[in-house]
Amino acid sequence: MADIAAPNAAVLAGDRRTGLHKLMQRKSTIAFLMALPLILLIGILVLYPACYAIWLAMLNKSMTKFVGLGNFQFLFKRDTFWDVVFQSCLFAITAVIFKAIIGFVVAHFVHNIPSKGQRKWRGMLLVPWVIPPAMSTLAWLWLFDPAYSAFNWILAHFGIGPVPWLGETGWARFSVILVNIWAGAPFFMIMYLAALKSVPEQLYEAAAIDGAAWWQRIWYVTLPMMRNIIAITALFSLIVTFANFDIVRVLTNGGPLTSTQLFGTWGFKLGIESGDIPLGSCVVLFMVPILAVAASVILRDINKRGSEV
Amino acid sequence: MADIAVAGTPGRRGAYGSISRDRRWAMRWSYFFLALFAIFFLMPPFYMLITSLKSSAEISAAQNPWWVFGPTLENYVALLGKNEFLIFFRNSALVSICVVTITMLISVTAAFALARMKFWGSATLATGVFLTYLIPDTLLFIPLFKMFAFVRDTTGIELMNHWWTLIIIYPTLTVPFATWIMIGYFASIPKELDEAALIDGASWMQTLTKIFIPVALPGIIAATIFSFTVSWAQFLYPMAFTTSTNELVLPVGIVTTLIKGDVFNWGQIMTGALLGAAPPLIIYAFLMDYYIAGLTAGATKG
Amino acid sequence: MAQVTLRKVIKKYDEVLAVRGVDLDIADKEFIVLVGPSGCGKSTTLRMIAGLEEISGGDIVIGGDVVNDVPPKDRDIAMVFQNYALYPHMNVYENMSFGLKLKKTPRDEIDRRVKQAAQILDITELLDRKPKQLSGGQRQRVAMGRAIVRDPKVFLFDEPLSNLDAKLRVQMRTEIKKVHQKVRTTTVYVTHDQVEAMTLADRVVVMNAGLIEQVGSPNDLYHSPTTKFVAGFIGSPAMNFIPCHLEQAAGALRLRLTDSLSMPVPASRTARYTAFVGRPNLMLGLRPEHIMETRPHIEPDQHDFNMTIEVVEPMGMETLVYFTVNGAEICGRVNPNAGAAAGQSMKLRADLSNMHLIDDTTGKVL
Repeated sequence: MADIAAPNAAVLAGDRRTGLHKLMQRKSTIAFLMALPLILLIGILVLYPACYAIWLAMLNKSMTKFVGLGNFQFLFKRDTFWDVVFQSCLFAITAVIFKAIIGFVVAHFVHNIPSKGQRKWRGMLLVPWVIPPAMSTLAWLWLFDPAYSAFNWILAHFGIGPVPWLGETGWARFSVILVNIWAGAPFFMIMYLAALKSVPEQLYEAAAIDGAAWWQRIWYVTLPMMRNIIAITALFSLIVTFANFDIVRVLTNGGPLTSTQLFGTWGFKLGIESGDIPLGSCVVLFMVPILAVAASVILRDINKRGSEV
Repeated sequence: MADIAVAGTPGRRGAYGSISRDRRWAMRWSYFFLALFAIFFLMPPFYMLITSLKSSAEISAAQNPWWVFGPTLENYVALLGKNEFLIFFRNSALVSICVVTITMLISVTAAFALARMKFWGSATLATGVFLTYLIPDTLLFIPLFKMFAFVRDTTGIELMNHWWTLIIIYPTLTVPFATWIMIGYFASIPKELDEAALIDGASWMQTLTKIFIPVALPGIIAATIFSFTVSWAQFLYPMAFTTSTNELVLPVGIVTTLIKGDVFNWGQIMTGALLGAAPPLIIYAFLMDYYIAGLTAGATKG
Repeated sequence: MAQVTLRKVIKKYDEVLAVRGVDLDIADKEFIVLVGPSGCGKSTTLRMIAGLEEISGGDIVIGGDVVNDVPPKDRDIAMVFQNYALYPHMNVYENMSFGLKLKKTPRDEIDRRVKQAAQILDITELLDRKPKQLSGGQRQRVAMGRAIVRDPKVFLFDEPLSNLDAKLRVQMRTEIKKVHQKVRTTTVYVTHDQVEAMTLADRVVVMNAGLIEQVGSPNDLYHSPTTKFVAGFIGSPAMNFIPCHLEQAAGALRLRLTDSLSMPVPASRTARYTAFVGRPNLMLGLRPEHIMETRPHIEPDQHDFNMTIEVVEPMGMETLVYFTVNGAEICGRVNPNAGAAAGQSMKLRADLSNMHLIDDTTGKVL
C-alpha cells in the first residue's frame, strides 16, 4: 500500500511520512521474529527429517551407496510387504468406520438425555481417549492373556471355548482393531456431539412439522449439517490410525509372525531393531500417499472456511 | 444399528402415545445404551484397578477375575519402592513440564504473530502449521534417529539415550496443534480490542501479555492440557531413542522393564499402568471442559 | 483541545481507492459527524485520523502538528468503537485507567481522573464491575469514560450507537451530546444514520464513494443540499425525485411533470432556472412534507392536483401517502384526518417554494 503512495508522499511530506510506515514495517519484522521459533522447529525437526527420509530410503543398508529405487524394488518382491500394506489398510479403514459409527451413535444418545446429565456421561465416555494408549493397551493385553483372559472366563460360562485373542491371525487382527476402536471412538463422540449441538433446534422442529420421521430427520437434517465435521474427523482419524504404533507394538508386537504389522511398527522393526535404516524409511514412506490425500482434502475444507470468514 | 432400536421406539409409539411419553421412552433407551457403552469404555481401566489390588496368588487363582477377594496394596508398595519406577516418573514429569513450557512459549507468541500482526507469508505459514500436525511420528523417527547420529559425529553431542533429548523432539508433536488452537482463540478476539490497546499506548508485547493472554486464557489452558497429555503419553520416540533404565520415561519404562521375557508380573504391570495413566486422568477430571474445548477447537474453530 | 485538518487525504487498498482526496477543516471544540452509506470511506477516514490505517497520500494535522507518521498512542486521541472494545478481563476502573497506567501516570492522578469521568457519565457505582455484567448502554458509557479519562485532543467515535436498540440509541445520543457540552473536546463521529448525524453535529460531512459530497450545518444540508445524493440521503422519508422538464409559456416558466400535469415555477426561482429550459434529464426534488392535502387557503407557489393514492401508511401524527408520477414513486405527508384511502383519488397540494431542481446528469442541485 505504502509504495503506491510514495510519489505522492515525496511531494507532500518528504521524509516525514516514513515514521508510521516504519512502524508498520517494524510490526511485520517483530511478527516474523515472534514466529521464528515455530518456523525453525518445524523446519529443522519436521520438514527436514521428512525430506531426509526420502534420501535415506534410497541408500543401501550400510548407508554408503546410493541405490535409487533399489529398496523399493526389494520391498515389492517381498510378500511380507504386501501383507503389511493389506493389514494397514484393513486396520485403518475398518477401525475408522467403526469408530465413526460408534461415535455417531453414542453422541446421539448423549445428545438425547437431559443436558444436566450430559456432562457426566460425556466425561465417563471420554476416559479411553485420555489414558495414554500404551498404558490402556497393557490392560487389554492382560484381558487377552492366553492363560488368564478375563474375557475367556466369561465366555466359558456360555460354553464358548477359549478364544486365542492374540494367538491366531484372524483373532489377533480383530483384537488390534477392537482396541483401536475402543481408544478412538470417544474422540469421534466428542466431535459429533459438538457438531450436534451446533445444529439449530428449529431445523428439527421444522422437519417435524414437515412430517419427517426420526430417520428422515437424521438423514435430511443432522447428516448434511454435520457433513464437514464427519469428513474432517474421519480423515483425521484415518491419518492417526494409519500411522499407529503404540497399540500394535504393545498388544502383539506385529505377531503372530507378521500378521498384525503396520507400516509404523514394521518400519520400527526394520529400521531401529534390525538396523536397516534405509529399508525402514522406505516402509514408513508408504504412508505418505494416504497422508497426502487426506491432508489435501482437509486443507481444502479449511481454506473454504477461511474464505467464508 | 443400536440407535435404530432406540429412536424407532418413539416413531412406532407416535401413533397412540403422547409426545412426552415418546420422549421418556427415547430417554430410557438412551440411558440403557449409554450404560452399555460406558461399561465397554470403562472396562479396561476398571480391570486395571482390580488387578492392581490383587496379590499374585489371587491373580493366578482360578476364580472370578472380575472381583477382588483379598484387596492388598502390596503392588503399590513394591512399585513405589522400586528406584527405577521413581526415575521413570521423574523423567516423565520433567520432560512433560519442560515440553509444555516450551510449547506454550513458542505457540502463543507465534499464534499471536500469525493471527494478528500478519507478515509476508503468514497466512501460508498458518496453514502449514496445521499440515505439520498431520505428519505422524511414525514417519519421522527413522530420519531423526539418523540425524542424531550425524549430530554426534559432527559436534560430539550425544543425543541418543538421554531423556532430555525428548524435550527437543516432543515439541514437534505439540507445537503445531497448540499453535492452531491459539490461532483460533486469538482470531475470535475482536480486532477493535487490539486497536483500543494500540490507542491506549500498549506495545505489541503489552497487547499480547496484558490483553490477549488473559482474554484467551481458556484456550491457553486447553493447549497446555493438550501438550501435557501428548508428551506424557508419547511412546514411539522414547522407545526409539532411549534404552538405558535411567533414561526411560514412564510408558516405555513400564512396558519394557516390567515385562521380563515371559514372566509377567501382572499385578505390578497394571499398577504401573494405572499410575502412568493417573496424571492425565487427574488433570482431565478437574479440567474436563477445557480439555474438551481444546479437542474440538481444532475442527470447529479453524 | 485542537483543530484537525485533513488535506487531500487518500487511502488505497491495493489498487482500490477507498478515500479519494478528502479536504476538511475541523475547528477546536467542534462536533463533526461523518455520515454516508456503507463503503463511502467514512470509517476509513476516521481510522486514518486515529492512526490505525496508514494514509496513502495527503496530510493529517492535529493541533498544528502533521501526524501522518505518528503512531496512534502519540496522537493524543481517544476512540470509542462500535462494539465498545472493552477489555473483558478488566473491571470498569481498570478499563478506564489502562491507558493512563501505560503512560505511567501517578496513581492518585489516575484515580482522580477516573472518578471525575465516572461522575460525568454517572457510572461511579459500576467501577468494579466487569464488562460482562453491564448492559449495552452502560458499556457505551464506560467506553466513553475510557476516552474522557485520557483527556485527549480529539474524540473519535466509530458508529458507537449502532449496537444499541432503538430506544436506548435515542437516549445515548442525548447523553453523548451532553458529555460533549461538558468536556468540549473536538469530536469526529462516524455514523450511517442520518438522524444521528443531524441531531448531534455542529457540522455534518456527507461522504459518498470516497469523497466529501457536502459539509454544512444540519439545517444547511436539509434545506439547501448541493447534490442529489445529499438531497436524497438526508431526511426521512427521503426526498421525492420526479423526472420533469422546464418549458417557457407566455413569458412564464412552467415545470412539466406529465402531459397533463404542470406547475408554474415560483417567481423567485425564475431567473435562476431560465437557462435550463429544454435541458434533458432534469428532476424535481420535493420533500414529502411539501406534498400535503389540499387546504382552504392557497399560499403563493402552492398548487393543487389530483392523484390516485396507492398505499397509505398511518404514522399517528401524520399519514404517509404513496402514488406514482411519471414513473417515480412519490411520498406525501398528509393530515391523518384528510381521508386518504388506498385506491381512491385525492386532491393534494405541492408547495413549490421549497422545490429543488436537479440535473440528473451531473447530480448537482441547480
